[in-house]
Amino acid sequence: MHIPDGFIDGKTAAVTGGLSATAIGLALRQIKRELPARRVPLLGLAAAFLFAAQMVNFPVAGGTSGHLVGGVLVAALLGPSAAVIVVTAVLIVQCFLFADGGVMALGANIFNMGVLDGIGGYLIYRLVCAAVPGPRGRVTAVAFAGWCATVIAAISCAGQLAWSGTVPWSSAFPAMASVHMLIGIGEGLISALVYVAIQRTRPELIPENNLPAQPRQRGELVAFGLLAALGVAVFIAPFACSWPDGLDSVAKKFGFDHKLAAPMLYAPAPDYHVPGIHWAIGATALAGVLGSLIVCAFAWLLGRFLVTEQKSKSPPA
Amino acid sequence: MESLLGHHHSHSESPIHRMPAIVKLGLAFGIIIVTVLMPIEQSGWFLGVGVLLVATALLSRLPVLFLAKRILVLSPFVLGVAVLNAFEPSARGTWVGVAVKSMLCLFTVILVSNTTPFREILRVLKIVHVPGLLITTIALMHRYLFVLADEAERMRRARASRTFARGRHFQWRALASVVGQLFVRASERAERIYDAMCARGWK
Repeated sequence: MHIPDGFIDGKTAAVTGGLSATAIGLALRQIKRELPARRVPLLGLAAAFLFAAQMVNFPVAGGTSGHLVGGVLVAALLGPSAAVIVVTAVLIVQCFLFADGGVMALGANIFNMGVLDGIGGYLIYRLVCAAVPGPRGRVTAVAFAGWCATVIAAISCAGQLAWSGTVPWSSAFPAMASVHMLIGIGEGLISALVYVAIQRTRPELIPENNLPAQPRQRGELVAFGLLAALGVAVFIAPFACSWPDGLDSVAKKFGFDHKLAAPMLYAPAPDYHVPGIHWAIGATALAGVLGSLIVCAFAWLLGRFLVTEQKSKSPPA
Repeated sequence: MESLLGHHHSHSESPIHRMPAIVKLGLAFGIIIVTVLMPIEQSGWFLGVGVLLVATALLSRLPVLFLAKRILVLSPFVLGVAVLNAFEPSARGTWVGVAVKSMLCLFTVILVSNTTPFREILRVLKIVHVPGLLITTIALMHRYLFVLADEAERMRRARASRTFARGRHFQWRALASVVGQLFVRASERAERIYDAMCARGWK
């Protein structure tokens, strides 16, 4: 998902750069305030870990393999601010040392993979954690957040490409979203397995285990959440609003043009030049909704399966 | 480990290698910005940049095969967008422009990153006021990147030589514990590094 130079035009680069710089500034301020000096080298080591972990290939069907992306995993292990800095460091090194991802697209890449994948994933992780308590809930949360964050980051990437006029939204969105709905399954699964492995060998490394029910940094989460929402609004909303006139007029007639944007996707589009492509957007959105429900159930089962097994093997702490 | 080192070529010596890092990075940044923003109709600029980059590559004495390989390895995104645009006949012109721009920028970054030591790049980042904590993180990451990649490779090899065909499910569990163990080792190493940094008068 590393966007190279040339795919992002000036305005998109400026907006994503601004959003990412704000996120990095917020994260650095938060870390300076809260992280003990002892943990500062851990940021660099976690970045090196993330880079090395991305080189471990997991076999998938037919000789292909996938690897961890890890924004959500790092956020669950070190917290959201640290995740932004760690992913930013990885992206900067990949950009300047290995020429992977463009220099002007650095802002967009940091926004997609650091802010949306790390922070967005972390918000979902906290939400699921609150809904399903206990270690089982945390494994479920990591798996589900890993999937969601991958899909969100891919959609935002498609939005940026479309906003830059490089790829039309009608083909970028279905392609990116559907491919990453599959990749996300692997990401969620690997994140959950690694989380369980760490929980098993060194439970004290997982923050929830040594700081029970600590009052979480609400302000931090709200600020980051607003930033992520702003980005999504800029990159995805324009396309959601500029869907064909026929739909808009129908929506206005019934007076729900602002309230019910999502169900309008599935209506036929008589005045659109390629009906098939429009159908693809609707189908992808529908698949996304169904997919997230299925993945949520799957993640819950995974949490049950992995954590019960752990309890039967090791004596209770 | 070989695959990681294969990404990078920094053994040779040339006028381009000796050029100050800040000049190189500044020039590269300028070239990239103008190339991205330039409308594709201005073919003179793109031709000029292309000639300049080829001349730089020849001057820098980087192996041609190595450069070609690097550019090919990093191009799947260009191909992917080409496939996406194949469904939209009107967008084919845009794609050619995007492909040319991204190839030129990629070539620029590859030339700079292979003729400039990374610590010089970090020094430039410090000069342009990138926050210190971020630079510390990047410097530590760069220092331990190869150590941890090597460690991961050793653990992966140890795992592979001890498990035979036990099915994908088992492999995934084993690989996940490799990654988990890598995190545990990284955080233990971070503790030791902190002690070593303090012993040498950090802060």
